[in-house]
Amino acid sequence: MADGPDQSPALLEFLLRMGDNTLILGHRVSEWCGKAPVLEEDIALANIALDLIGQTRMWLGLAAEVQGEILGEVQGDRKSADDLAFLRDAWQFRNVLLCEIPNGDFGQTLMRQFLFDAWHDCQLRQLAGSADDRVAAIAAKAAKEVTYHLDRSSGTVIGLGDGSPESHARMQTALDHLYPYVGELFLSDPVDDALSAAGIAPDPGALRPAYDATLTRVLGEATLVIPQASRARGGGRDGRMHTEHLGHLLTSMQWLQRAYPGATW
Amino acid sequence: MTAEWPLWEIFIRGQHGMSHRHMGSLHAPDAETAIRNARDVYTRRNEGVSIWVVEAAAITASSPSAKGPMFDPSESKVYRHPSFYDIPDDVGAM
Amino acid sequence: MYAQMVKSTGKGVILREEMSPEERAFQDRIDAGEKIEPKDWMPAGYRKTLIRQIGQHAHSEIVGQLPEGNWITRAPTLERKAILLAKVQDEAGHGLYLYCAAETLGISRDEMTEMLLDGRMKYSSIFNYPTLTWADMGAVGWLVDGAAIMNQVPLQRTSFGPYARAMIRICKEESFHQRQGFDIMMTMARGTDAQRAMAQDALNRFWYPSLMMFGPSDKDSVHSAQSMAWRIKMNTNDELRQKFVDQTVPQAEYLGLTVPDDSLSWNEDKGGYDFAEPDWDEFFEVISGNGPCNADRLAARTKAWDDGAWVREGLLAHAEKKRARERAAQ
Repeated sequence: MADGPDQSPALLEFLLRMGDNTLILGHRVSEWCGKAPVLEEDIALANIALDLIGQTRMWLGLAAEVQGEILGEVQGDRKSADDLAFLRDAWQFRNVLLCEIPNGDFGQTLMRQFLFDAWHDCQLRQLAGSADDRVAAIAAKAAKEVTYHLDRSSGTVIGLGDGSPESHARMQTALDHLYPYVGELFLSDPVDDALSAAGIAPDPGALRPAYDATLTRVLGEATLVIPQASRARGGGRDGRMHTEHLGHLLTSMQWLQRAYPGATW
Repeated sequence: MTAEWPLWEIFIRGQHGMSHRHMGSLHAPDAETAIRNARDVYTRRNEGVSIWVVEAAAITASSPSAKGPMFDPSESKVYRHPSFYDIPDDVGAM
Repeated sequence: MYAQMVKSTGKGVILREEMSPEERAFQDRIDAGEKIEPKDWMPAGYRKTLIRQIGQHAHSEIVGQLPEGNWITRAPTLERKAILLAKVQDEAGHGLYLYCAAETLGISRDEMTEMLLDGRMKYSSIFNYPTLTWADMGAVGWLVDGAAIMNQVPLQRTSFGPYARAMIRICKEESFHQRQGFDIMMTMARGTDAQRAMAQDALNRFWYPSLMMFGPSDKDSVHSAQSMAWRIKMNTNDELRQKFVDQTVPQAEYLGLTVPDDSLSWNEDKGGYDFAEPDWDEFFEVISGNGPCNADRLAARTKAWDDGAWVREGLLAHAEKKRARERAAQ
C-alpha cells in the first residue's frame, strides 16, 4: 500500500459498503428461491444470490480483519464476517438503499439487479487495479461473476422491456420507481476522497459516464425511457437514513443469531 | 395457457478437450437466452468451457425401426479394431 | 427427492401369452437389460405410468423447494445460507431434468404444471409437513434426502433411457445433500441444550413422515408387480423402508438422539430392525390434501405460476419480435 496517512478507518468503511451491498442484495435475490416465473429463472437467480453471498464473505471477512487491526485485537478476539452480518443493527449498515428495496414483481427485481450490476461491474473493474492487493484480489474474482450478472440482467431487461405491452409497462414502472435510488451510487464523502487519493478505490463520480452509457444502450434497446434525474435518494452508504425495509430484512436474517447468542451453527 | 417456450438441447464441452457432449434440455424463448440458461442450469459444478444450443425441433434423428440395418452391419467388421491383429510381443509397443 | 407411487395404472402384470407380438418383443428387450428410448415402440400403459411417475417425481422436487426455501432467509451463517441455497437450487435443477425426461414421452412441462396445480397430479407427501426450526434443515437433509437416495440410486438402472440418465445426474449432484443435513444435525447435537432439544424435536416430527415416503406396503400389489416387470420400479416399498431404518438408526445413536419409536429393536434373525409402522390413515389424509401444509404449498406454486405468466409471455413476445426483425432485414 502507498505510504501516507493511515487509511484503515476509511478502508473499513469502504469494505462495509461493498460487503453490505452484496449481503443485502444477495439476501433479497435469495427470497425468490422456489418462486420464480419459470424454472430456468429460478436457477439463474439462485446463482446470482450465491455469487453475492460468496462476495460478501470476502468483503466482510476483510472488513473484520481490518477492524481487528484498527482495534489492535489479537487473532482469537477478532470478529468474523458472520459477526458483522448478523450482529450489527440497521444504523450500522452501509449498503446503498437500492439494494434493500423489496423485490416487488419479477420485473422490479430484475430492474434493480440491472441498475446495480451496471454500477458493480464498473466499480469492480476499477478495484481490480486497487493499490491495496487484498482489495484487488477480491475485486478480480468478483468481476468475472458480475460481468455475467450484467449480461444476464441486461438480456432480461431488454426482453421484458421490448416484450409484450404488459411486460413493457411493468418494466417502465419498475424503472421509474427505482431510478431515484441510482444517484446514491455516485455520491462521495471524505471516505471516498481519502481512498481515491490513495489509489485504493475509484472516485464514485468518475464511474458515472460509463454507467450512463450502459444504461442508455440497454434501456434504449429495451424501449424504456430513463426518467428525469431527481435529487439522489441517499442515506444508505453513509448509514444516515436507511429505508424501513432494512429493519424487517434484518429481523429475518439475524433472528437465529440473536435468539441464541453464542451458539455455533 | 399461453404458448410454452421452445425446448433446446444442450451440448457442453468440458475442461479436458473432449468433444461437446449432450447434457440435457431446457426451455428458453430464444437462442441467446438458451445459452445463458444452459450456463446456469448445466455448468453449476464447473462442468464446461463451451456451450452449443440447438432447438430440439431442429434435430433429425435416425429411426428406431431402422436400428438393425443401420448399426448391425458394422458388427462384422472386426478388422477395424486393433485387437484383430496379432503382433508378437518382440515387436514392442504398437 | 422421490415421490412414492400410491397407485400405478393398468390391471396388473400382463401374462406372456396375452401379449401382442410387439409387447412380447418389448418385454424381451427390458428383460435383456436394454434401455427403451423415446421413439421406440412402447405399450400405452408403460408410457402412461412413466409420465405419472416421472411427473410426480419432478413435482416433488419443485414443491420440495418450499419447505427448505422457508429457511434460506433465516440461515444462521453466511456459509449455511450458501449451502442451503445451493441445495434448494439443485432441487429446481432436478425438477427441470425430470420434466425434460417426461417431455420425451409426449407431454409438455406446462401441461404437467397445470396438472399439479389443479390436483390431477401429486407430489411426495413429505413436503406437506412444516419446517419450524433450523434443526429441520438438518432433519430434512439427513432423513428426507436419505430416504430419497434409497429410491433414486436403483432408479439409475431403470428401463427408460431419459429417466435413467436424469437419475444418474441427480444422484451425482445429490451426494452432498444428505451429508450437509447430517452435518447440521451433528453441530446441533454437540451444541447448547436448546440446540440439542431442537434437534430431537426435528427428529420426532420427521421420523414417521420419512418412513411414509416409501409408500404403503406393496408386496401384494399387482400394480407394483407390473412396474417392476417393466423395470420402472426396482424394489418394493417395504424393502427400501427396511433398508432406510437399518441405515438411519445407528446414525441417530451416533448423534445421541432418540428415534421416537418405543418398539424399535434389533432382530437378529432378519438382520434388521423391527420398527413401528407410520400412521397410514394420516398418510392417506395428507395425500388427499389434508396435510398440515398442502394448501400453503399449492398456493405458493400457483402464485409463482400465475405471477410469472407476464414474464413468460413478455420474453416470448420479444423473441418473436426479434425473429421478425431478422427476417425483415434479410
